[in-house]
Amino acid sequence: MRLMAQMAMVMNLDKCIGCHTCSVTCKQAWTNRTGTEYVWFNNVETRPGQGYPRGYEDQEKWKGGWKLNRKGRLGLKGGGRLQSLGTIFFNPKMPAIGDYYEPWTYDYSTLTDAPAQQHTPVARPKSLITGKNINIAWSANWDDDLGGSIEHGHKDVMLKNIADKVKFEFEQTFMFYLPRICEHCLNPSCAASCPSGAIYKRAEDGIVLVDQDRCRGWRKCVSGCPYKKIYFNHKTGKAEKCTFCFPRIEVGLPTVCAETCVGRLRYIGLMLYDADKVLEAASTTDDHDLYEAQRSVFLDPNDPVVMREAEAAGIPRDWVLAAQRSPIWALINTFKVALPLHPEYRTMPMVWYIPPLSPVVDIVRDTGHDAEDGENLFAAIEALRIPIEYLAELFTAGDVAPVDAVLRRLAAMRSYMREINMGRPADESLAEAVGMTGVEIQDMFRLLAIAKYDERYVIPPAHAEQAHALEELATECSLDFDGGPGMGGSGPFGEGSGAPTPIAVENFQMLRERQTSDTVVESEDRQYRQGRTNLLNWDGRGTPEGLFPQNGNKIPGQPGSGSAGSAGSAGSAGSAGSAQDDSPEERQ
Amino acid sequence: MTVTSLSVMSLTATSPTLSYPAVYTPTTPVGGVDTFLWVIFPYICLTVFVVGHLWRYRYDKFGWTTRSSQLYESRMLRLGSPLFHFGILFVLAGHVMGLGVPKSWTDFVGISEGMYHFMAVSIGTVAGVCTVAGMAILIYRRRTVGAVFSATTRMDKTMYVFLGTVIVLGLVNTLVANVFGEYDYRESVSVWFRGIFRFSLKPELMAAAPIGFKLHALAAFSLLALWPFTRLVHVFSAPLGYITRPYIVYRSRDDQLGSRAPRRGWEKIK
Ligand code: HEM
Ligand code: SF4
Ligand code: SF4
Repeated sequence: MRLMAQMAMVMNLDKCIGCHTCSVTCKQAWTNRTGTEYVWFNNVETRPGQGYPRGYEDQEKWKGGWKLNRKGRLGLKGGGRLQSLGTIFFNPKMPAIGDYYEPWTYDYSTLTDAPAQQHTPVARPKSLITGKNINIAWSANWDDDLGGSIEHGHKDVMLKNIADKVKFEFEQTFMFYLPRICEHCLNPSCAASCPSGAIYKRAEDGIVLVDQDRCRGWRKCVSGCPYKKIYFNHKTGKAEKCTFCFPRIEVGLPTVCAETCVGRLRYIGLMLYDADKVLEAASTTDDHDLYEAQRSVFLDPNDPVVMREAEAAGIPRDWVLAAQRSPIWALINTFKVALPLHPEYRTMPMVWYIPPLSPVVDIVRDTGHDAEDGENLFAAIEALRIPIEYLAELFTAGDVAPVDAVLRRLAAMRSYMREINMGRPADESLAEAVGMTGVEIQDMFRLLAIAKYDERYVIPPAHAEQAHALEELATECSLDFDGGPGMGGSGPFGEGSGAPTPIAVENFQMLRERQTSDTVVESEDRQYRQGRTNLLNWDGRGTPEGLFPQNGNKIPGQPGSGSAGSAGSAGSAGSAGSAQDDSPEERQ
Repeated sequence: MTVTSLSVMSLTATSPTLSYPAVYTPTTPVGGVDTFLWVIFPYICLTVFVVGHLWRYRYDKFGWTTRSSQLYESRMLRLGSPLFHFGILFVLAGHVMGLGVPKSWTDFVGISEGMYHFMAVSIGTVAGVCTVAGMAILIYRRRTVGAVFSATTRMDKTMYVFLGTVIVLGLVNTLVANVFGEYDYRESVSVWFRGIFRFSLKPELMAAAPIGFKLHALAAFSLLALWPFTRLVHVFSAPLGYITRPYIVYRSRDDQLGSRAPRRGWEKIK
């Protein structure tokens, strides 16, 4: 047994209101830079819909992820090592910018500089790639809320296997939101397809990162990831991906997307698993068995044998305790309501989803029936094949049974709790019907409905013996170079070249205190921070010193000079700093 | 001058391969210009090449990339890039053969002059034409596709000027020397070239070479000097290690220190 810990996430899709707050805050923190304008580490798709990039789920086209070869052995779907090197000069499976969308801005100055005139001036959209005028024809969420689905909804890849296609007519359709980040897979095909070996899985917490110093821009990972969650920074010429906000996770804070989620639907916690069994599980013959196969890789953190193994593997005690309290373990294993996204890609994804019951509830309600009633809901789950087949295409490679079981549990919980809330005796038969006890149902309800911050996010901080990595200025953030997140300008050899500039990841514990205190206090790290502000962890309360340049401060240099010199400013790093007009020096 | 005459002497004294006075005429006077062009300049360029790469690797690992432009445009790249790259790799292999391997060796293994000539001309011409065609597509694409053009740096342009010059001159030389003329560069240019690395300097060989070869060699050495400062550094990270590496890479957070040594007082306890 090779026991490893994995930081994982579960999203409860019933609660997603599709507000895109997660996407926006993520973008502000990580991809608000030239080169990554089109990049959304977190995006929210309306399903049915094509997703972002368009039609990314069609692996017959993109060849992402893994497949079993004729001998039943696992190999990259995009081809083996030699084939990959043979197509290195041109990657035939890489999405073009048009598959994402051409990012744009507006020519705002025509508005602000317009003289008094009879007609309202218009700000034309300008491409952020070429600077030319463009006609906006697609974006990362163009089909939001099924917009335009009558025309292109049928292009949803997942509908291919559903005989009785979803009808995109107003009354008949169903809809839900699917927020997506990188899956931080146990068997990441992005890492496997990287010729330089620059993509690695952190041994401590399983977060998958791109080493910006080793990436050589071969752009094979972009096509290797079936979820298309590796993006090519077209200015720096390097691959970038969701970092699971590791600087925050390391000090016990949830990711930015989870922290800011309006629906409070994201859960973060640890999973222990046996790394030696991953390959075997990923090689399971039948696609339908992959969900169970992946579950079998996880280890029960309450099992004494596992606890001993964990100790032997050097996993700190508080991590094991955190794994026992992990909401992820509860949702995947105890309550069995979370399912992986596209297990058939065989990457063993680690961001799981509780499928939404709402398409079913909505339809029951629309027909005038009681949508809280267990009988009605069970009957509807039985009858509404299309939404359920659709969910199965997403979460269980098309196997309806597990989705069906999850929805029944959610339905049972719904009507069981209704009885209690109405002051009526609980109906234990509802619980039994889905193989649970009333207590379990109430526990599940607690976790799904009222769990507080520290129950939703059980994140043990990284360890003191590694503290130097967390210390101010010394983070080993592989992205915090000139041109990395938050850096602007370009060195002598093109965008983003030059010596690494240290990021100022401030003391996150301090932030945590600030966030949980009632008053807006000026943090004590002032002289420590020397007037720099890191917007990555600024919570919007108060005005930290250094948020604005001091008066009378001379603004030296051009943003472009970009080399080692511009260093210090990294304060602005992780976030907005990159806005091109924002000379890093200004912030000093 | 002493350097050269010395080496000529030592060559006369020791080298058993001194069997081609037909091409190399010791009586050709070697002026200061020639010494500069064929001795000093190559060494300067090679030094810049080596030191430049070391420096860039230390200073700018983050800038060490192909800076692929495939995201912007793929139709022309699909044709141009493989054509150019496969072409240039064959051309490079040809140079290793033609410049690096002494004629006596090929003679020894029994490759006849005619056969060698035939191979060099045929493969060389095909590879050269592919390279030039591919490069033409790449340059045309850089200039005409708006997104690619705006991502082109000054260094890219400079690099293409030199790379283009070297490649075109090289192709012209291959055609002129092998098809029309009968100039045997393997007994002159190649000997001079190898001499640079063996510190046995023979500028007079180059001084007597046809102008096409002179220009090609000068442009090539200039390109070498430019190399570490352009995107061409990607050539040195050709990912051959991928063939043997395990698929999934695990790294500990501690390893992420990467190029940066831990700060004083924070070194790991061994
Ligand atoms: C040894 C193996 C090599 C590999 C694996 C390799 C790989 C690549 C890759 C992946 C690109 C990016 C293409 C794109 O997506 O835009 C590229 C571009 C380029 N390579 Fe190479 N290369 C190699 C050797 C060479 C050599 C020997 C030269 C020339 C001396 C060269 C010159 C170039 C140039 C000029 C470009 C830019 C093309 C453009 O205008 O976009 N490469 N190379
Ligand atoms: S989802 Fe993330 S970890 Fe998995 S293959 Fe894609 S980029 Fe890699
Ligand atoms: S912030 Fe939460 S509720 Fe809003 S779109 Fe994102 S996941 Fe859904």
